[in-house]
Amino acid sequence: MFEILSKGFNQARDRLQGRIELTEANLEDALRDIRVSLLEADVNYNVVKNFIVHVKEKALGEVIETKVSYKGQKLKATPEDHFINICYEELVSLMGPVDTSIKRGPQPVSSIMLVGLQGSGKTTTAGKLARFLEAQEKKPLLVAADPYRPAAVEQLRVIGSSLNLPVFFKDGTPPPELCRQAIAYARESGCDTAIFDTAGRLAIDDSLMMELEDIVKSTRPENIFLVCDAMIGQDSVKTAQEFNRRLDLSGFILTKLDGDARGGAALSIKELTGKPVKFLGMGESLDKLEEFRPEGLASRILGFGDVVGLMQDFERVVDEKKAEEDAMRMLKGAFTLNDFLEQLQSIKKMGSLSDLMEKIPGFSQLTKGASVDDRELVKVESIINSMTTKERQQPTILNESRVTRISKGSGRTRRDVHDLMKRFNMMRDVMKKIGGGGLLSRIPGLNKIPGIGAAFNPSELMGAGLPALNQGAAGGTRSVSSSDRKKQKAKRKQAKKDRKKSKRR
Amino acid sequence: MEQKKERRGFFQRLKEGLSKTHTAIVRRIEEITAGKREISEDLLDQLEEALIGADIGIATIKTLMDSIRWKVQRKELEEAEKLKDALKTEILSMLAHGEKALLVDPARRPFVILTVGVNGTGKTTTIAKMAHLFKTQGHTVLLAAADTFRAAAIEQLEIWGHRAGCEVIKHASGADPSAVVFDALKAAQARGTDVLIIDTAGRLHTKITLMEEIKKVHRVISKEIAGAPHETLLVLDATTGQNAIAQAKIFKEALNISGIALTKLDGTAKGGVIVAICEELRLPVRFIGVGEKIDDVREFNARDFVDALFED
Repeated sequence: MFEILSKGFNQARDRLQGRIELTEANLEDALRDIRVSLLEADVNYNVVKNFIVHVKEKALGEVIETKVSYKGQKLKATPEDHFINICYEELVSLMGPVDTSIKRGPQPVSSIMLVGLQGSGKTTTAGKLARFLEAQEKKPLLVAADPYRPAAVEQLRVIGSSLNLPVFFKDGTPPPELCRQAIAYARESGCDTAIFDTAGRLAIDDSLMMELEDIVKSTRPENIFLVCDAMIGQDSVKTAQEFNRRLDLSGFILTKLDGDARGGAALSIKELTGKPVKFLGMGESLDKLEEFRPEGLASRILGFGDVVGLMQDFERVVDEKKAEEDAMRMLKGAFTLNDFLEQLQSIKKMGSLSDLMEKIPGFSQLTKGASVDDRELVKVESIINSMTTKERQQPTILNESRVTRISKGSGRTRRDVHDLMKRFNMMRDVMKKIGGGGLLSRIPGLNKIPGIGAAFNPSELMGAGLPALNQGAAGGTRSVSSSDRKKQKAKRKQAKKDRKKSKRR
Repeated sequence: MEQKKERRGFFQRLKEGLSKTHTAIVRRIEEITAGKREISEDLLDQLEEALIGADIGIATIKTLMDSIRWKVQRKELEEAEKLKDALKTEILSMLAHGEKALLVDPARRPFVILTVGVNGTGKTTTIAKMAHLFKTQGHTVLLAAADTFRAAAIEQLEIWGHRAGCEVIKHASGADPSAVVFDALKAAQARGTDVLIIDTAGRLHTKITLMEEIKKVHRVISKEIAGAPHETLLVLDATTGQNAIAQAKIFKEALNISGIALTKLDGTAKGGVIVAICEELRLPVRFIGVGEKIDDVREFNARDFVDALFED
């Protein structure tokens, strides 16, 4: 009795707060929509079925927020929207892990064998791969192993000559022998990768499938890629499974994605063969080959682009709301270096600083001729990361010996540390000044800054450690991606090691 | 063996070509209906699943299933075993829109056929097969190599032209396709050729510039010969899924497509796309391709098709 009462009470309270639990009932429509959408994208029937059962299990019982309001911005998201977002995220993770590697063997010549149905785009893909490899300082050899289709050899020759790359063909030689000879020829002529362009064939054509098995036996290719038309329907799975059963594919390449095909085959094949998508063909010219990334393809297959976009906005606003709460807390208590670091990180999340600056009204005039170096943020971050918790909370305890330690730890000069502290103190002063006016609360959405122009000079705030302005440095802007940051971190680590080493000596 | 096959006649060969489609759909339906007397919702769901697996398309399946469900409700359909016949009738009525053979009109000389489609559907092969078919019907045939874009496309058509015994009008690779078409029209008129078949480059229906290019080719033809092209044939790949409908829709809007050739039906491909397109776009299917040889082409016959599809 009490349990029911309290449950009812909790539900009512959750509703008021805009929270709701995902249940079978409120997901019914979404489930139907997703099913139809995936089937329209040509995702295999069984894959759709399993996918829906799986995400449903995952989503049920999850408590989600259905509305947020923040700075007059009110956003609502239905349980269905949330569910679609869950599906999207699940799709992205299902399409991973990303593996776009091309394997190389111990022999001087490695090989890539392209197989697939007629008209899937093998010959064009062979040209694209050759170009891709050449750009990576490899020496590819194109091998025309399709003696059946009229002018297929000629087609590869034309492609080869347009790329200025060699093409191997021997009239009257059966493909398995031809490919074997091609490897020998590649070795002699100093090529390191042979690309076999085989004839298109049906997976049920036993004699032609045996020919492929013979090529595998005679050349032991390091890579066997199934080239698959993105427009393929429910048949994709049968084809892929049969090719995989007979040849043990290393992955597949999806072509003709520059059209409006949703590419459901990719998910179906990945799911049922477990083999990764390697590349995407995005156009007819030979430079239109991309390494696979799951995000774009996932939203394409799912087909709810607007909902996915909305949910990203929704989540961003939830983040912003949290930032505001943090800001309020800062105003009440002290502004510490930890808060400072957190702000840096949230600013970085919003994108490159130079992009961000452009969005601030009046700021472009202010920073005329100046550019913002995003790498400054990394510097600041590394310095703060080298401080102890106590130092971050009470920066006043910093003395010369501490500064020395921090500078060593972060791979920065002592001057860098002092500069940062100076800026930080300035910023804290500014905060004190504007505290109470509610201005700080606007920091996460920096675009409201003109309103505080009278209180202080914005450039001071911006100079206060957030973005450092390199006066006059033209065109030096660049956004720091997370991988770049990792690289830089690794570099600094290495530098630190090297320094230690040289000391020991 | 080639000859033996020939003697077995058209219907047999069609069935052979379709045998894979046949197994795919029929086996499922057999499995589903076997040993079951009553039509349950579960059974209908499974039936729907089989149709989805055949690429028939969600909208079409809904029409089919609604009609079947309605009959079940009205007790017109009560036994599970009769489900297959009912479905057969439904699909046949949808395909009836699509049964209209392509006949060369001798009053229109040259009878101009413009062949279009996305990349890799088998346009050039289909053209060779058509050329062969028309020649065996006693027509003179000229081919135009207006795919000046793809590497070795002209050579490919020349090899096929040689096999079919037809001359090919061509320019250099990279030339303006409209110019090739113009020359081919002039040549066909001068020679009094019965049929002129134009091969064009594969283009995705979403590429606006390429669709404009093909519209221009179309305009050049109509300007030169009033009423031409007499057939604008869209070549569709039977392995294609739901995107085939988008292709048909957009090509039809741009070029007023008058017929469809459905290729690669000799694989594990389903006939599902035909049903969807006939039902939604009311376009006739002129030919089906059932193999890589020059005579592996059939005129589309809805009854043969459905019979072969549902034969035990």
